[in-house]
Amino acid sequence: MTDAAAMQTPKPEVCLHAEKINKIYPGTKALDEVSFDVFKGKVNVLIGENGAGKSTLMKIIAGIEQPSSGHMYMGTEEVSFANVTEARQHGIGIIHQELSLFPNLNVYQNIFMGKEHTLHKVGLNNAEHIELANKIMAKLEHPIDPLTIVGDLRVGQQQMIEIARNLMQDDLKILIMDEPTSSLSEQEVQVLFKIMRELKKEGISIIYISHRLEEIMQIGDYLTVLRDGKLVATAAVADVDISWVVKKMVGTGKSYPKRAQTIDWSKRETVLQVKNMTLPKKGGGYLLKDVSFELKQGEILGFYGLLGAGRTEMFECIMGLRPEHTGQILLHGEPIEVHNVTEQIARGFAMVPEDRQLEGLVQTMDIGKNISLSSLKNYAKKLFLNSKAEDAAVAEEIDAIHIKVADKRLPILSLSGGNQQKVVIGKGLLTHPKILLLDEPSRGIDIGAKTEIFEIINRYADEGLSLMVISSELEEIMAIADRIIVFSNGLKTAEILREDLTEDKLVLASYKGHTVAKQAQTGSPAVTGA
Amino acid sequence: MEELQLRKKEKNTSLAMTLLKGRTLIVLAILLVFFSFATPNFLSANTMLLLAKHVALYGILAIGMTYVIITGGIDLSVGAVVGLAGMVAGGMIQKGITITMMGVTLYFDIPMVVLLTLIMGAVVGLLNGVIITKFGVAPFIATLGTMYIARGFAMLHSQGATYSDIVGKEALGNVGITFFGSRVLGIPVGAIILIIIAIVAGILLKKTTFGWHIFAIGGNEKAAKLSGIKVDKVKILVYIFSAVCAAIVGIITAAQLEASHPASGETWEMNAIAAAVLGGTSMMGGIGTISGTIVGAFVIGVISDGMVMCGVSEFWQMVIKGVVIILAVIVDQFQRNMEAKMALQARNEAKTEAGKENPPAA
Repeated sequence: MTDAAAMQTPKPEVCLHAEKINKIYPGTKALDEVSFDVFKGKVNVLIGENGAGKSTLMKIIAGIEQPSSGHMYMGTEEVSFANVTEARQHGIGIIHQELSLFPNLNVYQNIFMGKEHTLHKVGLNNAEHIELANKIMAKLEHPIDPLTIVGDLRVGQQQMIEIARNLMQDDLKILIMDEPTSSLSEQEVQVLFKIMRELKKEGISIIYISHRLEEIMQIGDYLTVLRDGKLVATAAVADVDISWVVKKMVGTGKSYPKRAQTIDWSKRETVLQVKNMTLPKKGGGYLLKDVSFELKQGEILGFYGLLGAGRTEMFECIMGLRPEHTGQILLHGEPIEVHNVTEQIARGFAMVPEDRQLEGLVQTMDIGKNISLSSLKNYAKKLFLNSKAEDAAVAEEIDAIHIKVADKRLPILSLSGGNQQKVVIGKGLLTHPKILLLDEPSRGIDIGAKTEIFEIINRYADEGLSLMVISSELEEIMAIADRIIVFSNGLKTAEILREDLTEDKLVLASYKGHTVAKQAQTGSPAVTGA
Repeated sequence: MEELQLRKKEKNTSLAMTLLKGRTLIVLAILLVFFSFATPNFLSANTMLLLAKHVALYGILAIGMTYVIITGGIDLSVGAVVGLAGMVAGGMIQKGITITMMGVTLYFDIPMVVLLTLIMGAVVGLLNGVIITKFGVAPFIATLGTMYIARGFAMLHSQGATYSDIVGKEALGNVGITFFGSRVLGIPVGAIILIIIAIVAGILLKKTTFGWHIFAIGGNEKAAKLSGIKVDKVKILVYIFSAVCAAIVGIITAAQLEASHPASGETWEMNAIAAAVLGGTSMMGGIGTISGTIVGAFVIGVISDGMVMCGVSEFWQMVIKGVVIILAVIVDQFQRNMEAKMALQARNEAKTEAGKENPPAA
């Protein structure tokens, strides 16, 4: 297969060639005799499940880590990078999976950090920084004020800053992108692809890592599949299809589980009603405006939209993190006042936050404690913790959602991303919620773990738990949700039942809010004029 | 062959870890042996009891400090609270409380004096907690401010003078503060109080929801909040606890000296922080134990007392203490790196095992 694929398309010039790279960590082999070609002016896709060795290979090429053995060649010259600076001197840039920006500094400071333009060799030439930053952000179709503090931007915007930062590098030859789209919306992804095509034209080679298979088929030229640190296959993207890739990645074809759909929702009890939820934005405008919806018992309600559309903010309002909101929340028909998270958890709400590391886990605590953290009070007699009851509950939860742990006393960071996510979900489930809110539950985890998480969601919904799920991946949300609400620019622009669901409808609705806002802006002076 | 080597390596790392974890205790043992050779009567019962008396003071402070540091904060005000508490207690015994409006002076009995002093401490702690949580001031700055405030009030209390001979008067019914500086069955009362507080604090930290909430806040405050933990409330309680510990130390110090000096307790907060850090408490928050802190306090005590007995100058003592603290943190960092590496290893091993169960189909 591999050889046949190689025969069909004549291969272009190789920009970088890695030969039999080994990387041994204490106790494990992260890369096992992996050879890899980077073709000039092409998008070279690297794919594999979490832990297959993609990131390790990229780190070696970018000079962040050094191989245990093996060689790298650029052209005819053998190269080795002791650190990032050396790799950069050879024209290699990397965009990390986890953003490596300075949240406390502004946009232009982030873009030019380490490659500052100076006046008379000492002073910073900030006027030039701002001008160039404006130029590059316009090129990326994300005109962000260069003086904005990066920490105030949404994740998707931050990703664009990271890309801009790499584009600033002189004589960039290879750009490594490690899951750049994992937090981007559909629109932002298309912008990114456009940029990638432009970079290709300029002769820059791109190494692209992603979990999203459709994207790879769309943008990729050459494909390398890794599994458990070994090279499994290489092929030209044109010669293969998604099912081939999936088969190579996991061994067997997988798809998202779908729930059998025979429920008459009109007969189900309405658990939660949200009426006219409005949340003002700092400095004018709205993060949410007059959003109303209801949630039935045992229903999986999907929230789709672009980044910053207001989905996460809606969750935060419901959980009591945004006491400044206005609007009404009715639980089982009774209006409730929302004050703080503790109260909301006691009422039967639970949330799995978007950012697992920042908001979900306590990294200094062990696996078991991370699971029981939200419900510790349930295992306490007066002041003292009944560790037997706690252990039993934790063990039961680990069992119920199949978290793969050797020992629950191990540190939480010893788990893989998918299992860490299950721990966060388990923590929420252990409070015995009636309503579970999941914010991007599948972000940054591999297909296997994703499938398992969706199975968990389906199972609990069947048992009567009501769920709200935020997802930016079309295919995912269409598979999982019984009904989807589309948010756009703080407005609810569509509510679509599963039967009527199409990709077009979702995508269209996700842009609607912006046009409505524009019309309002251009329309209002006309009204006053008349 | 390779496997054998791997296992051997594993054994080595686990041995190294055990040694690393018990390092403060090992250091303490080495110090004890060293000083017992350097000065002939160091290991006598008398020296040990004197040592316990000294250690009790910053040991108690360090317990409160450990709580605060685990939440990711710091409490610089404890030394000043020691001074203020001594002045408040001493003043109540010697001058009483004069209510000018009614023209009477009230003298309280000792339990009441102690209670009022502790309440005073709690108020300072509450102030710290509220400034930090409700006004969002960084703990370092907030407690630096209350440190000056408390020290100022301690000075104002007597215009800088010392209340000497605060034994009380039989006629006024306020004798007995000296109990806290005395010995019961030969053991200094301060040391007994240290033991009681250490046990209570240790249990609170490990066996109650309150204790785990402290760890969670220090480990990841945002996650703790989203898990429904009342972050502000827990933090305020922790600062109150720390300040009350300081007030207890203030009473013990005054009782040991039978005098209240407004400058007493100066720079003791540093000893408390040092003891906590030596005991493995992470300044980043989320990690720490009471037992470790107690051992840390003893290490500092042995170094000070031992060097005094060896005739090392006070100035050299400072230099050596500083070196020990820095070394302790370096070793601590090393341990954390090693733990992180082991966690990664465990993660990879789990993966390899999972891979074996479902061998990748070709």
